[in-house]
Amino acid sequence: MEKRKYYQEEIETMPLEQLQKLQSEKLVKQVKHVYENLPYYRGLMEKKGVTPDDIHGIEDLYKLPFIEKSDLRECYPDGMRAMPLSECVRIQSTSGTTGKRVIAYYTQQDIDLWEDCCARAIIAAGADKEDVVQVSYGYGLFTGGPGLNGGSHKVGSLTLPMSSGNTERQLQFMLDMKATVLCCTPSYAAYLGESLKEQGYTPDQIPLKAGIFGAEPWTQEMRRSIEQTLGIKAYDIYGLTELSGPGVSFECSEQNGMHINEDHFIAEIINPDTGEVLPEGEKGELVFTALDKQAFPVLRYRTRDICVLSRKKCSCGRTHIRMAKPMGRSDDMMIIRGVNVFPSQIEAVLLAEGFSENYLIKLGRENNSDTFDVYVELRPEQFDDSVKNITAMEKSLAGAMRNMIGIGPAVHLVPPKTIQRSEGKAKRVIDERKLHD
Amino acid sequence: MAIRQLSVFVENKQGSLHEITDTLAKANIDLRSMCVADTSNYGIVRIIADQPEKAKELLDKEGHAANVRLINAFAVPDQPGGLTKVLSLLEGKGVNIDYMYALITSEDGKAYSVMRTGDTEMTDKILIENGIELLVEEKLH
Repeated sequence: MEKRKYYQEEIETMPLEQLQKLQSEKLVKQVKHVYENLPYYRGLMEKKGVTPDDIHGIEDLYKLPFIEKSDLRECYPDGMRAMPLSECVRIQSTSGTTGKRVIAYYTQQDIDLWEDCCARAIIAAGADKEDVVQVSYGYGLFTGGPGLNGGSHKVGSLTLPMSSGNTERQLQFMLDMKATVLCCTPSYAAYLGESLKEQGYTPDQIPLKAGIFGAEPWTQEMRRSIEQTLGIKAYDIYGLTELSGPGVSFECSEQNGMHINEDHFIAEIINPDTGEVLPEGEKGELVFTALDKQAFPVLRYRTRDICVLSRKKCSCGRTHIRMAKPMGRSDDMMIIRGVNVFPSQIEAVLLAEGFSENYLIKLGRENNSDTFDVYVELRPEQFDDSVKNITAMEKSLAGAMRNMIGIGPAVHLVPPKTIQRSEGKAKRVIDERKLHD
Repeated sequence: MAIRQLSVFVENKQGSLHEITDTLAKANIDLRSMCVADTSNYGIVRIIADQPEKAKELLDKEGHAANVRLINAFAVPDQPGGLTKVLSLLEGKGVNIDYMYALITSEDGKAYSVMRTGDTEMTDKILIENGIELLVEEKLH
């Protein structure tokens, strides 16, 4: 039986003109929905002097105000919910920054369309209903597990809902259930690959043939290394809880940029300083408008990801625009082992625990995984002559940080005044990972 | 008898020890003994000096993390087995020793040591009860 090339061929290969007409129709409707049901965004529109009557199609998109992560956080817990509770069937959540998470609500239709997006990504990775899809993203509030799980169901693949962690069990199921597609973060894929190699498995003894990896930055070099160790083709996937989850865009067999599901999301590139919309091909901040989201509809959401879009024809036949791997951030967010971390969260823990606010975060790479070190100056009065106490303080700080952000750094206390002061904005992060090509 | 010890939290890098001794030398503070504990990131410099409080004040002013605390000091005969007798006494009473180092001595036939234990007072008591010679600061400087 011939394999399916697309999950929703008509949409995925829709001629541009028709696609943009579809976007325009959806946008007009969506702006009305948001204006009527989200007082917060209506307020932003009023401030800009825009009403739904000003929006006739995608050419008017630029008139709408941006919405930012800080807005979403301000709306915690349900200020961004645009549907009655009786229509909502699920929430998902971001990892939680500076104490406040973003809670995304979903109607059944929202879940369906999100899972469709993930199904498109799975089919694009060459999988079909004969395949066994091992989902090793975290399940729960994190969107990675639930998204790919739903997508795999839609495709009709046998789904292994492994969630993250417990490497021994992951490998056992992968080998015994003959998993052919692995979905997880690229660092975890690299780790699983190394573990298999250590146990003496060669790529041809590993049943996998494809991997769908995302939720953190990774390089081409890392892609080749994972592909070699596991004997697979590795596909990139992109998404945000604020928009649905993974599957906002995904790679096809070309492995040259991720197709954005344009029937559901309009992408723009803006100058992060001025907000001005930039022409296709220019580098800037990626902004998304969700066209179909009912319960948590964001318009012109600033992702802070620096990116380039390309309308160039793709040999896979999909007409949807492609985005490059994000090349960095326009804010200070770090993605460490797949978790979003802001320096301000580290700072909040230090202050709460009575430590100095002079600190330095160092990120590096070891065995294809992130190293995360936090150096903190000891206050003179905290020193009591004992190594034991310093070690105990380091451990308790690391624990408090793990509670706050979900992953624990190695904390190193250092003598006062040894972390370099810089003039103006303090240099808080040294990132030696070289995650962007 | 417990004596005062100055300790300073320093970076494990070239020049940081010198910075401390330089400050103390300029203030004419006499060092009787010193020991450095190191980890990969930092070191703790422990010093027996004649004016530990003054030394701490000077180091505080320079922004260092310095501490003055009481630790046990004693003398044993400078011969094989001299120290082990003291250690077995402490072990017998369940006293844990965090660190210990020797003092340079000009008195013949005796070896002077200092140590920090889990219980400074109890250590003192054990040493006195067993006739171990204790050091007083007046005698040191």
